[in-house]
Amino acid sequence: MAMLTPAETRRRVDASLRRRYRSEWLFRLYGLVSVLLGVGFLLVLFATIIGNGYGAFRQVFIQLEVQFDPAVLDPEGTRQQDTLASADYSQLVKTSLRTLFPDAEDRTSRRELNALVSSGGAFNLQKMLLADPTLLGQTRDVWLPADDEVNVFVKGRGPAAGAGSGDEAQRLSDRQIAWIQTLESSGKLEQRFNTIFFTAGDSREPELAGIWGATKGSFFMLFVTLFLAFPLGVAAAIYLEEFASRNWLVDVIEVNINNLAAVPSIVFGLLGLAVFINFFGMPRSAPLVGGLVLTLMTLPVIIIASRAAIKSVPPSVREAALGVGASPMQMVFHHVLPLALPGMMTGAIIGMARALGESAPLLMIGMVAFVVEPPGGPMSPSTALPVQIYLWADSPERAFVERTSAAIMVLLAFLLVMNAAAVWLRSRFERRW
Amino acid sequence: MGSARALWFNSPEVHVKHFRPVFSLLTAAIALTVSAGPVSAQAARDYISIVGSSTVYPFATVVAEQFGKTSQFKTPKVESTGSGGGIKLFCGGVGVQYPDIVNSSRAIKPTELAMCATNGVKDVVEVKIGYDGIVMAESKASPGLPLTLRDVYLALAKQVPNPNGSETLVANPYKSWKDVNPKLPAAKIEVLGPPPTSGTRDAFVELAMDGGCKTFPWIKAIKEKDENRFKQICYTIREDGFFIEAGENDNLIVQKLKSNKDAVGIFGYSFLEQNEDTVKGSLIDGISPTFENIASGKYPVSRPLYFYVKKAHVGSIPGIKQFVAEFTSQKAMGEEGYLADRGLVPLPAAEYQAVVKRVAAMEVMPPAK
Repeated sequence: MAMLTPAETRRRVDASLRRRYRSEWLFRLYGLVSVLLGVGFLLVLFATIIGNGYGAFRQVFIQLEVQFDPAVLDPEGTRQQDTLASADYSQLVKTSLRTLFPDAEDRTSRRELNALVSSGGAFNLQKMLLADPTLLGQTRDVWLPADDEVNVFVKGRGPAAGAGSGDEAQRLSDRQIAWIQTLESSGKLEQRFNTIFFTAGDSREPELAGIWGATKGSFFMLFVTLFLAFPLGVAAAIYLEEFASRNWLVDVIEVNINNLAAVPSIVFGLLGLAVFINFFGMPRSAPLVGGLVLTLMTLPVIIIASRAAIKSVPPSVREAALGVGASPMQMVFHHVLPLALPGMMTGAIIGMARALGESAPLLMIGMVAFVVEPPGGPMSPSTALPVQIYLWADSPERAFVERTSAAIMVLLAFLLVMNAAAVWLRSRFERRW
Repeated sequence: MGSARALWFNSPEVHVKHFRPVFSLLTAAIALTVSAGPVSAQAARDYISIVGSSTVYPFATVVAEQFGKTSQFKTPKVESTGSGGGIKLFCGGVGVQYPDIVNSSRAIKPTELAMCATNGVKDVVEVKIGYDGIVMAESKASPGLPLTLRDVYLALAKQVPNPNGSETLVANPYKSWKDVNPKLPAAKIEVLGPPPTSGTRDAFVELAMDGGCKTFPWIKAIKEKDENRFKQICYTIREDGFFIEAGENDNLIVQKLKSNKDAVGIFGYSFLEQNEDTVKGSLIDGISPTFENIASGKYPVSRPLYFYVKKAHVGSIPGIKQFVAEFTSQKAMGEEGYLADRGLVPLPAAEYQAVVKRVAAMEVMPPAK
């Protein structure tokens, strides 16, 4: 090529410069648009979930003057614990509702009146009396949870809101709405923070359903997973990185580990069903089995993260340790592992977060179940948070819609905390060379 | 950047203390895993284990919760596995690791009963609990769609009889309801329904499509000669975009109907009942899907629901008899019972009495032929 004159070079560069600037500007624009689009979708998702779910954190309560009538609870005057436990407390609720609204005379209107208070109200009274038997014969003002239909109505997103015209579609009758309005104006109906949602197990009455059972189940599962997957994963990573000789067998293992990390989680569920339940005879629906299945799922993730963390420790550290007379094991445990540990923990936390949000493998081992009592340990039947969300999303009762979203919010909060912990660990302890 | 923060990692005394527990934990964890298996297999179960249909699940769970609260027994565990999967688990054998009760949205098949028997589950008590209507519904804002079973079949089947009247099949040419039946509005056919894995879909196909299909005498004649050919004609739903598989979640279909007033959804009656303010059921053969019409059997698309009890477990697992009694009691399954409030369509009085009598005697099903 002939030598170009400086002027010609200048001209050519000028000509291409605009094009090059333009393509860079476009590239930046594409990047920005993708980020904004992603953030936009996330915001829409969060807005929908929070918009649907915030209502579940408030619960409507109705104040009733309840007389713990000995004639109803303990007609024989035995004062035995058993008699008091099995007495008909719903009768107390009904009686006090009737004294409040004596206008409900015929059978249907009484049924409608009784439907205002949750069927769980009777159990609250039972608990109160068993805790303090001296209440028998006394009268107390008690706040009882309202029925889910009342909740939907009062929170104003229900079909009954604004109606009152005797429309057949309305889920509460005109009479019921009038009673609610009376209660509201006399201050006997109020919205409070929904503690039931955080302390109860599952229930088919939306106003009595809570996530404590599912949270406990998830906790037991993650506990089992962490205590199996972390030590096993770290040990495997150390062996593969520091001690194993390079040969085809190690290569095969390495390929398999990477492969396992990409296997769909339902496959681990099937494996768990075949091995832990059918072969070892462990019970279905137990968090222990769930934890074992999630261990299988998380193990490859932890091994890969741990190996990367070990690899990032510079060889000079190892050489220096060996040089001053440390054995290879001392070298690993005194120098390499402590330096790699933050990276390993980050990997473990991210693996755990994934395990927390997993529901597919749990389908296979029977954790998609209706379990009322929160589990007492890793062997008792239980559900998990994502499974609880799935079950509620499928329930016909209207009030479960907001509870589903609220449970998603709780799950997201847990995930956020775990991921934030991983980021914090990394920035706090990670060393760069 | 040898920062002071990372110092605790670097002092050797700390590590020795730190890593010994890691190894003992590892050993303990493995020991726990290995030993847990045999131990739990022998442990007795003190709660009832129920598996099966997702359609019966909402009813079984209500009874389970009520039972747990009002009896001295623990609340039964109810798993939603689908009818087929549940029956497979149920028929696995006799013993604490197998479920005691299976819910089913269809009657147990003779082949399944035979499988049960080969695994030692010989005595099975059948309990029919009521009916579930399958509705075709649309948004309250739409004008309404008075369908016949024949319209449903013609609108949704993959192959339909040639519109020119000859006895041949053509790929479904209909694009709007008006094409199907001149009396219907000119709206595009857009039906949201459950996927093939769903029991609701099975029942819809067997009841609605089957019924519509049989209105053509020459197709009905095929049924006697070649059952499989008949099923292929009548039970195959079109895949050209007019029928949209909307997933197992019936709530989702209801949501979609609200936003699209031309669409028609297929789901269980209990979802219609809970959402009557936003959606309405379409008339089928002139009958609207109301509680009364389903209970009386007038509404053509309804199916019976069942549960099955393993008699061998009665006595060894506490509370089975009492649970079944609670389920079949008047206050649960009766006409005014709490299951009716949840959308279960109760049995007619005579049938109910027969069920109660059979259950009280724990009468087992005759063995499969």
